[in-house]
Amino acid sequence: MQGYYPLFTAIPLAAAFFNLLVCKLNQKIADYIAFIVTAVLAVMAVKMVFLAPFVYKVGNWDPPFGILLVSDGLSSLMLVVINVISFLAVIFSFKYMTTYTAKPKYYSLFMLMIAGMNGVVITGDMFNLYVFLEIASIASYALVGFGTGKRELEASFKYLILGGVASTAVLFGIAFLYSMSGTLNMPDLAAQLEVTTSPRALAFVIALFIMGFGLKASAVPFHAWLPDAHPSAPAPISAMLSGVLIKALGMYTIMRIMFNVIGRNTLVSTLIMFLGALSMVVAGLLALGQTDFKRMLAYSSISQMGYVLIGLGLAFNPEVDVLIASLALIGALFHLVNHAVFKSLLFLCSGAIEYRTGTRQLDKLGGLIKKMPLTGLTCSIGSFSIAGVPPFNGFWSKLIIILALLRAGYWIYGSIAVVVGFITLLYFIKLQRKAIFGAVPPALAKVREAPFAMVLPLVILAALCLVMGLAYQVVEDHLLVAAKDILLDKTAFMNLLTGG
Amino acid sequence: MDNLENEIRDTNKGMTSIVKTIVRYVMGIIVIFGAYIVLYGHLTPGGGFAGGVILASAYVILTLAFGRELALGKMSNTAASVLDNLGALAFIVIGILGFTAGAFFLNFLAKGEQFRLFSAGIIPLCNIAIGIKVTASLFAIFIALSIFGRFIYQMTDVEESGGEE
Repeated sequence: MQGYYPLFTAIPLAAAFFNLLVCKLNQKIADYIAFIVTAVLAVMAVKMVFLAPFVYKVGNWDPPFGILLVSDGLSSLMLVVINVISFLAVIFSFKYMTTYTAKPKYYSLFMLMIAGMNGVVITGDMFNLYVFLEIASIASYALVGFGTGKRELEASFKYLILGGVASTAVLFGIAFLYSMSGTLNMPDLAAQLEVTTSPRALAFVIALFIMGFGLKASAVPFHAWLPDAHPSAPAPISAMLSGVLIKALGMYTIMRIMFNVIGRNTLVSTLIMFLGALSMVVAGLLALGQTDFKRMLAYSSISQMGYVLIGLGLAFNPEVDVLIASLALIGALFHLVNHAVFKSLLFLCSGAIEYRTGTRQLDKLGGLIKKMPLTGLTCSIGSFSIAGVPPFNGFWSKLIIILALLRAGYWIYGSIAVVVGFITLLYFIKLQRKAIFGAVPPALAKVREAPFAMVLPLVILAALCLVMGLAYQVVEDHLLVAAKDILLDKTAFMNLLTGG
Repeated sequence: MDNLENEIRDTNKGMTSIVKTIVRYVMGIIVIFGAYIVLYGHLTPGGGFAGGVILASAYVILTLAFGRELALGKMSNTAASVLDNLGALAFIVIGILGFTAGAFFLNFLAKGEQFRLFSAGIIPLCNIAIGIKVTASLFAIFIALSIFGRFIYQMTDVEESGGEE
């Protein structure tokens, strides 16, 4: 298994191009290729969890010169999230994407996006990270505009411009790091930055990275593209973008570079926590006023990312006690995984509802629990999870983050997190009352349950919400602790180079 | 193909006969230069991407001078799309073949003598794959833009004439 680590990007890349060749002969084969590829990747990702950390040398070139791939707790965690969610999104696409034309092209872009995200997560090289970041981003620009309607194209263009600015900032930051240290290899860079003689240049690099990756993660001052882009994409892509892409390109990169490469710092910690609190409050309040199903979910994504950021920011402070930092980081990572599960569930639900009713305006919906019992039920479970109702998974992660904030003495941030939890509950109750419960409008009298291929991923994700809430300890022991350990221990990451 | 070329040269399509004559003279040189940059990528500056751009620019000049029909006769948009995917696929397959010798993108072929054309193992093969991919995809993008551009002109024409009525 270790020897085949690069296949996480090679398989989807090859599939993307092979798909476009074969589709000239037979259009239907694209479905099967996408299904097999994502199934294989999901199985491989789950297997990776049980391996000890290692590094892989591409082309057998020795570390500071060649490209390094790193496998540790954090990358295994992200690989599981990316590949399992994309597998479910592909199953959902079978039926859903029949409403669009050019299905093979859709799958090819989808595969490119998976290749990019897997690449970002497995790489241990700064420039390689940038290349994969761009592959995933460019595929997602095209996918957001896939409907080629007026709104879709506008959203896609906006996303393209802002995403391009962010990528430029990231590239600029990487160039600075290279000029300071003469290396792009992450573990090597981490060792070089320990003894850096130019702290001002490093501060500038951090600012560029917070802007660049913060935009990809849609922290609040950089969030303007997300409420347009995520609702405009086809539903499985919205699920991928909100559930996985902003985490792989934004959160993961912030975590990896800030914790493992640059190192913990009090000032940056304050900044990240402030951005997190701002995201939570602003996006939470904006979500309250939305009447479009998917747009409300998009704002809610920004708000929930705020929780992850505030947890990360707290753990990033070197003055905070190690136990509290661990607690905050476990909460943040758990919330990241949970958000991937319930936000993709909710976006897929919105897709199933749109597929049957033809609208996503909350005012035109109603009483769907009677017409689409499974979709309605899973949508309710997703809403309860994200709003933090016990025993679902969202409750535990929010509880852990709030506990960590209070234990560290951040009373104001702690109470903000509680209040935003309440706001989240409020707008998801609004969503439930308008769409799932209440009277059925006459226009929707003939609506039926969504097809099996669409309901199956919903049920699996809803079951995950419940299981991960009940079996929280198992998730923590097998996934989160290893990821937390590598993040808090910069030396262990640097030693991967010599030890691996 | 010569018949088509003569036919198009005689009609009013494309640019003036001065441009067409010059393009006919420089065409071969551009293609040879592009191929040289691709094939000598492992020895001299350049490589698959730079050479591919030069080769694609040959097609672009052809389109500008003689019109789209002639260029599409040389390489149709379907052929461009197929070559585009084949080039990318070949590159990944070369990378995956490295597993046979132990690692992804391992240079598993004999390295040969330094500074000779047939040396450096898989690197010239990678350059050729990239060259094909870049040539085909840049040409495809150009053709797509030109078809799309005419489509928009037609749409605006219709709208304007509709407004006059």
